[in-house]
Amino acid sequence: MSDTATHDRSALDAPAAPTRPSRLERLRDSDLWYSFRSHPSAIFAAVLLGLVALTAFLAPLITPQNPYDLAALELWNAEIPPIWNAEGQWPYLLGTDTQGRDILSAILYGSRISLIIGSCSVLVALAVGLSLGLVAGYVGGWVDNVIMRVGDVLLSMPFILIAILITAIAAASLPPSLKDVLAAPILIFAIAVPSWVQYARTVRASAMVEARKEYVQAARLIRVKAWRIMLHHILPNCMTPIMVAATLNFGLAILSEATLSFLGVGMPPDQPSLGTLIRIGNQYLFSGLWWIVVFPSIQLCLIVLSVNMIGDWLRDALNPKLR
Amino acid sequence: MIAFLLKRAANAAFVMLAVALLAFVIFRFFGDPVEMMVNEQATQADRAELRERLGLNDGLVTQYTRFVTNAVQGDFGISYRNQQDVMVLIKERFPATLELVLVATVISLVVGIPLGVITAVHRNSRLANVLQLGSIVGVSLPSFVVGILLILAFSVSLGWLPGFGRGETVNIGWWSTGFLTPSGRAALILPSISLSTFQVTLVMRLVRAEMLETLRTDYVKFARARGVPTARVQWRHALRNCLMPVITLTGMQIGNLIAFALVTETVFQWPGMGMLFIQAVTFVDIPVMAAYLMIVSFIFVALNTAVDITYAWVDPRLRDDTARAGGANG
Repeated sequence: MSDTATHDRSALDAPAAPTRPSRLERLRDSDLWYSFRSHPSAIFAAVLLGLVALTAFLAPLITPQNPYDLAALELWNAEIPPIWNAEGQWPYLLGTDTQGRDILSAILYGSRISLIIGSCSVLVALAVGLSLGLVAGYVGGWVDNVIMRVGDVLLSMPFILIAILITAIAAASLPPSLKDVLAAPILIFAIAVPSWVQYARTVRASAMVEARKEYVQAARLIRVKAWRIMLHHILPNCMTPIMVAATLNFGLAILSEATLSFLGVGMPPDQPSLGTLIRIGNQYLFSGLWWIVVFPSIQLCLIVLSVNMIGDWLRDALNPKLR
Repeated sequence: MIAFLLKRAANAAFVMLAVALLAFVIFRFFGDPVEMMVNEQATQADRAELRERLGLNDGLVTQYTRFVTNAVQGDFGISYRNQQDVMVLIKERFPATLELVLVATVISLVVGIPLGVITAVHRNSRLANVLQLGSIVGVSLPSFVVGILLILAFSVSLGWLPGFGRGETVNIGWWSTGFLTPSGRAALILPSISLSTFQVTLVMRLVRAEMLETLRTDYVKFARARGVPTARVQWRHALRNCLMPVITLTGMQIGNLIAFALVTETVFQWPGMGMLFIQAVTFVDIPVMAAYLMIVSFIFVALNTAVDITYAWVDPRLRDDTARAGGANG
């Protein structure tokens, strides 16, 4: 109805009224895009992350070998140093490990796993945190109390400890045949459990404020369903801090996954993430095979660094005080 | 104030009971404790006898109460793996972890505070920008990667410093210290640097933010107007007012550092609590896992509560408990 109204009015003074810009045009016109363009570090980070993601997801097409395919590994190709070394060999740009696995291929496949686990755990934490936070703030009472108390307890244990305990318990209680298959879902769960609280707290705070405002009271009066009020009216009002937190937590999630895999409670060696590769490489630290451990480490740092740079930029760009 | 104290103490006690419940559930329901303790030849009667002796036939509430009472008295049971008292194992390893954490904390303050002041005072200078970028890099470097690279550079290539172990230690009572021998001190250097990287950037960013705010206040401007040298204003007058939040952060982060030390300890084969925990995880040695969880959480909760109470003591406005400082995560 409101649509036709505006349409009619714009039809009346047609020459002056601009047509409603498309989504892309609005994006190009926004403050956020302007801020992005004027921050070289943000552009650099976005390009870097884009490149990493692209090469990771195209890994099967561009890598010289499939590092998981044991049949493709030849032992006489083992321990080849990087290509710029005198003993380097094409196509093993970054050398091979002790089983003849191409390091570059392993890194690209590993990045894929790291990125997937990182993003999935942020999405799960967001889904859980936003819904519990909305319910706690909107409904209040004992529901609120229970949810926030559980959150308090989770926050009073160090993040990494909770994640290790979850993976350890899962590993101990699952049959060995399922353990490797479920390694990725377990990791996603283990990282999401300690991280939903932050979102829930943020959303709860603004849900409590919004729930008392007149437009929400009005919506209640005309019997708009509670979940609709929460999702369409309250949630959009607190998306800014959530977006910043989610970006920074994406970096933290990748870091946590790598740490867990490095400690040996994460991805198994036959489907290695970057952390697993570093764990494997760490065993050869003292035997001069530095490339096995250094290159996956660099890749991990580049991913987390670019995510953090984007998060930092986003936090400043969306902070009204700094405008 | 007394009401506030009681409230915070009750809060902390509730959290610890919840952590204990978690530890108890893990202990009781993941793997049968009796099967873990007896050897293969044990008869059915032996098992039943052990089950009775451990009190596993009692009601769950009784068992949980006993678990908590024992834990309060420092009795966490017997390790499944090497049949030793868990508390003895942890007591043996605790000094190594604490010394590591203390040195890392000192490094983070000694390096982080000056860097923070410099980036705030020379804002927008090239040096400040480089340091600022460096701080993002510091946050993004996983501590185990820092550790591995340090070992690669200083132990493997240059051979200057030891890359694993704790060196020689001296016992003072039950406390074994590495501070008193040259090899013990050398062994501390690389692990504590790697543990402190994240912390340094945290302190640096906090000091910078606080300094930027303080430098704008009237008393700083007045001191300048009075002719106090600029450096003195910055490093004495302004910095002093920025230190309270830094102390808070440092206090709260010690708990996190103790937990995070388990990563550093794994990299450097450092014989601390964290290594004990990781080994316990590998061998599903549940009493050790439960004890570690409860001890680290206790330190964490105790420090947070102490910081909250200190704050309320210093600033009475915080006593009505409406704005509790959000817990640290990291």
